[in-house]
Amino acid sequence: MNLSAETLEKIDATIAQFPQKRSATLPILHLIQEELGHLSLETQEWVAEKLGVQPIQIREVVTFYPMYREEPIGKVHVKVCRTLSCALSGAYKTCEKLEEKLNCKRGKTSADGNYTIEFVECIACCGSAPVVQVDDKLYENVKPEGAEELAEEIKKMAAAEATNAAETPQPQTPAYFG
Amino acid sequence: MIQKKPPEEFRLIYKNVDVDGYTIDIDCYRKHDGYKILEKAIKEKPEDLRQEVLNSGVRGRGGAGFPTGMKWKFVDRKSGKPIYVVCNADESEPGTYKDRQIIYKDPHQLIEGIMISAFANNAAQAFIYIRGEFINGARILERAIDEARKAGFVGKNICGSEYSCEIAICRGAGAYICGEETGLIESLEGKRGYPRIKPPYFPAVLGLYQCPTIVNNVETFCHVKHVIDRGGEEYAKIGIKGDSGTHIWGVSGHVQRPGYYELEAGSCTFGDLLYGLCGGPLPGRKFKALIPGGSSTKILRFGERFEGKLPDGTPFDWAVEDIPLDANSIGLCGTFLGTGGSIVMDDSTDMLEALANLNAFYGHESCGQCTPCREGSLWLQKMTGRMCSGSAREEDVPLLKDIADQVAGRTICAHGEAVAWPVQSAVPKFKDEYLEKIKNQASGQRFNPAGYPLI
Ligand SMILES: Cc1cc2nc3c(=O)[nH]c(=O)nc-3n(C[C@H](O)[C@H](O)[C@H](O)COP(=O)(O)O)c2cc1C
Ligand code: SF4
Ligand code: FES
Repeated sequence: MNLSAETLEKIDATIAQFPQKRSATLPILHLIQEELGHLSLETQEWVAEKLGVQPIQIREVVTFYPMYREEPIGKVHVKVCRTLSCALSGAYKTCEKLEEKLNCKRGKTSADGNYTIEFVECIACCGSAPVVQVDDKLYENVKPEGAEELAEEIKKMAAAEATNAAETPQPQTPAYFG
Repeated sequence: MIQKKPPEEFRLIYKNVDVDGYTIDIDCYRKHDGYKILEKAIKEKPEDLRQEVLNSGVRGRGGAGFPTGMKWKFVDRKSGKPIYVVCNADESEPGTYKDRQIIYKDPHQLIEGIMISAFANNAAQAFIYIRGEFINGARILERAIDEARKAGFVGKNICGSEYSCEIAICRGAGAYICGEETGLIESLEGKRGYPRIKPPYFPAVLGLYQCPTIVNNVETFCHVKHVIDRGGEEYAKIGIKGDSGTHIWGVSGHVQRPGYYELEAGSCTFGDLLYGLCGGPLPGRKFKALIPGGSSTKILRFGERFEGKLPDGTPFDWAVEDIPLDANSIGLCGTFLGTGGSIVMDDSTDMLEALANLNAFYGHESCGQCTPCREGSLWLQKMTGRMCSGSAREEDVPLLKDIADQVAGRTICAHGEAVAWPVQSAVPKFKDEYLEKIKNQASGQRFNPAGYPLI
């Protein structure tokens, strides 16, 4: 397990917050996935040991929740909401446009490993539908006509990710949205 | 009846949301009298605070509308076990995005509401279970909790009193069912979000770690703050009898100005909201259908009429536009106020695709514990999916409703109802359209070309 000292520290702090260790399961899995990109079986065993539970108890969590992944994905993760409010505003067309521009089918990772596009269910921003979440950033009102512009931005993100892989900046004071 | 004049908003919870210059840091919050009510509350007796909440009649804002004071009364205070307070920030009901504004734009209001509620219930530990996708929302809350801790509003000896209470944040990971309170508790215990059978697992008695637990919605905690500010009886004067306070309407879909609007309960109608505040339908379009309070509430059809008697015996005869915006009136029309997340559909909408879209959601989100929900939701999803892609039979239309009827009321949690209600309400109301579409499909028509595909 190759976790940074910072993540290890955060993991211990997270466990200390809860009256029972096992409650830290979801937050810890997020922390690890954010650093390593996915949750391998080896990782899951490590978490189980850390929390004093059986590996299967971690695995059942990893497989239950849509946000956890057992396989690596592309450098940039594009999630398009497909639920009703977004669909009414054109989300299916928006997604098709992104698929076309990024040369990547939804549910798949592009051949160059740059993008993964996924349909997701309502992400609670229905008033400015259609919405697309790219990694932790939210884009609102992404009408099919505006999808091309977003695709360009996503391409830049992947390029930046490739050059700065080693020194990705830490998140700043969060903006209101996104 | 088309109302032109927009109704007045009554901003209680959203007083500071989107106000120019208002920021999320604690200094700004305190400049706007933030944490004054916690300071006041902490000097009172917890049972008196609980009585105020009971007197206010405030109802939960998470969807089911259960009176908060009553929920708190059910808490087992004799067991000697710790009492936990949990804030449900999962906001997973499609159409609903009201809690997001509080979390992202006024986080300290939520923290103050949680701390007042925790003190009122003698809880020494609170949790915020926030949906996984709100990555920045969780960061904002973490930072706000740190600020509040430094200022003495969270943690040890709050406001210089004997009382201590911490708040921990847990981010979910994309499962709708973790919004259901017992599914949420399981998830908070680090497990799959499988809802528990009630009884015996009423959270008020056997909740988190088998201890008495209060689960309330984000907005509900904010209302508690305003109840304590005004006093229960004063608060109860806002709104109407049986539905006090304000409601936040999050309108999405086919209107000119989608958005959130906070209105006094019962002060105006859907017509006022949709025409007045939301600017009416898109150019050249007519309203066709409305899901009033989050996608699981029963659908209303523009053009249908609702007749009956009010509780005081007065007869009513309303179109959708005339329905007053309060829980009682909306309930009289066979649907629910829910979370106030209204989804509007105009005449470009293919109603079969709309239903297929929702069925796909509920099929995806069933946790799989009970057979009627697991099998029924997938069956419905497959059927409507197939009907949209052109291989439907006329018999499928009544069969849809039959399946839904077999799910509702036969499951561990209310997801079963959420699966059934869209189908049970849409099939009778749009049957003709469904049958016609089935006939037309022979000619290869997939969706109404005026709108967007919904599936
Ligand atoms: C399937 C399902 C999903 C739910 N999702 C949410 C949710 O995302 N947020 C929420 O506050 N309540 C949700 N609820 C309602 C909760 O179970 C619970 O009633 C609510 O959090 C209680 O808070 P309140 O009394 O303040 O309304 C959901 C219920 C069901 C059955
Ligand atoms: S009703 Fe559905 S979601 Fe609820 S417990 Fe049963 S299978 Fe799970
Ligand atoms: S339906 Fe897309 S954010 Fe709610």
